[in-house]
Amino acid sequence: MDSSFRRELIVDNASNPFHKETKDNQEFIKANTHNESCIDNINLYVKIQDDKIIDAYFDGEACAITTSATSIMLKNIIGKSIDEARNIMKEYYKMINEEEYEEEKLGELNAYSDISKQASRKKCAILPFQTLEKTIKIYED
Amino acid sequence: MNREDFLMFENNPDIIYFDNGATTFKPKKVIHKIGDYYTKYTANAHRGDYDISLKVDTEYENTREVVKNFINAKDISEIIFTKGTTDSMNMIVFGFMKYYLKKGDEVLITKSEHASNVLPWFELEKKLGIIVKFIPLTEDFKVTLDNIKKVVTPNTKIISLAHITNVIGDIRPIKEIGEYAHDNNMLLVVDGAQSVPHLKTDVQDLNIDFLAFSAHKMLGPTGVGVLYGKKDLLEVMQPLTFGGGMNSFFESTKDLEYKELPLRLEAGTQNIAGVLGLKEAILYLEEIGMDKIHNYEIELRNYLIKRLKEVNNITVYNENSESGIVIFNINDIFAEDTSRYLNHYNICVRAGNHCTKMVKDEIKVKNTCRISLYLYNTKDEIDKLIEVLKNSKNIYDIIL
Repeated sequence: MDSSFRRELIVDNASNPFHKETKDNQEFIKANTHNESCIDNINLYVKIQDDKIIDAYFDGEACAITTSATSIMLKNIIGKSIDEARNIMKEYYKMINEEEYEEEKLGELNAYSDISKQASRKKCAILPFQTLEKTIKIYED
Repeated sequence: MNREDFLMFENNPDIIYFDNGATTFKPKKVIHKIGDYYTKYTANAHRGDYDISLKVDTEYENTREVVKNFINAKDISEIIFTKGTTDSMNMIVFGFMKYYLKKGDEVLITKSEHASNVLPWFELEKKLGIIVKFIPLTEDFKVTLDNIKKVVTPNTKIISLAHITNVIGDIRPIKEIGEYAHDNNMLLVVDGAQSVPHLKTDVQDLNIDFLAFSAHKMLGPTGVGVLYGKKDLLEVMQPLTFGGGMNSFFESTKDLEYKELPLRLEAGTQNIAGVLGLKEAILYLEEIGMDKIHNYEIELRNYLIKRLKEVNNITVYNENSESGIVIFNINDIFAEDTSRYLNHYNICVRAGNHCTKMVKDEIKVKNTCRISLYLYNTKDEIDKLIEVLKNSKNIYDIIL
């Protein structure tokens, strides 16, 4: 992904995030994650039925990296099964940790492929997936 | 001023350090003092059996005298060395207030207090059933005596306030509040973390019952601070830690006696290097003069506010405060993204809620960038900041 496209993608998703809203959340599982070393603070709301992520949205305040990564993650996981979402998560973590990964599985999430160059931003980039994992665990329990 | 005294500038010639509310750089004298202790006369205090031990003891106890004079306490026994402001505040609340207050007694704080002047009180509220109440702030987020009177009841026993708050940077009318508190049988606790380093603090003139502050925010080392308390109050303060250094004797019969003030409240080997460093920091500040430091910071602040007004797309939230603390955001940009952008130009500011998580209720914004000035900052540095802020249109090109 070329760097200007990457930047544009991140800025677009940070400025106009997908499914960043507040709505009736009775059927949604909520999880919050603070990034301990900074001030990113998002609530993720996920609706899971029969092991499938039917819908999801988020609110809160966070930096451009966290906000955009949450936005792009939601685009990628809504409609997927829990297993599929976890597979994306697995590949995403590999990418963030500079391991070999399957690029085609991540789509726009590839925008964060060089985040490891900025060690302090890695936490911002993985925050949405950490929060997603929390919601799935709540569902599984 | 005095930039040549700070090795941080020698080692980081391009750094613009605007995060003095978090911690400060240390002058060579402080660093050398600590180095000398570790290289020339390492020994424990309060022994005095041999020459270097006597030297340490003398230096350590002499620091108490220096601190006493610095804040104009009456007696050296009113000066207790602690780990810092948080430690001091916890000693005040759990070593004194826990026994002084009873269920239903009220403690007044504000929503702009630092966590260390909030959470100990919340804990005591849970444990003891005291009631923690918030003094309403003015439109400028200030504390006035009139607003204090609005929430005082016959059960109000304590007013606990920062002298200067760490986000808004307002200077509270502590003397006026102290007079009112004592006329009405209340005690006044002051969190001096952001004020003692910047403002001449006279505990007798201000009639403060307890004062807490940290060395590292006033050019001294980390991990050391001061608890000041009026002697009659400290006399009944219970130690929170027990062990060596604070006891006179103990027997297998469980017969025991603790030492007199101040040592009764300083169990275990203290941060001796830190205490000696604190002394040097205070002497350094006094040599320049606290009034001169304060006036210089005000001059810098006024200049900063004036120049920030030239920048279109930023909001300053505390224009009318009187200290070296200025909080702002670039409009529509998350505070942490702004601090990362400034970091790209070697400008260090703090982004977040600054350990003051309730202040968002007052200023209606959760996170801000904070500039906190000190004596070594300059107008040139402010000019560079303004230039960078004026060019912030490309912020995402820089940080992404």
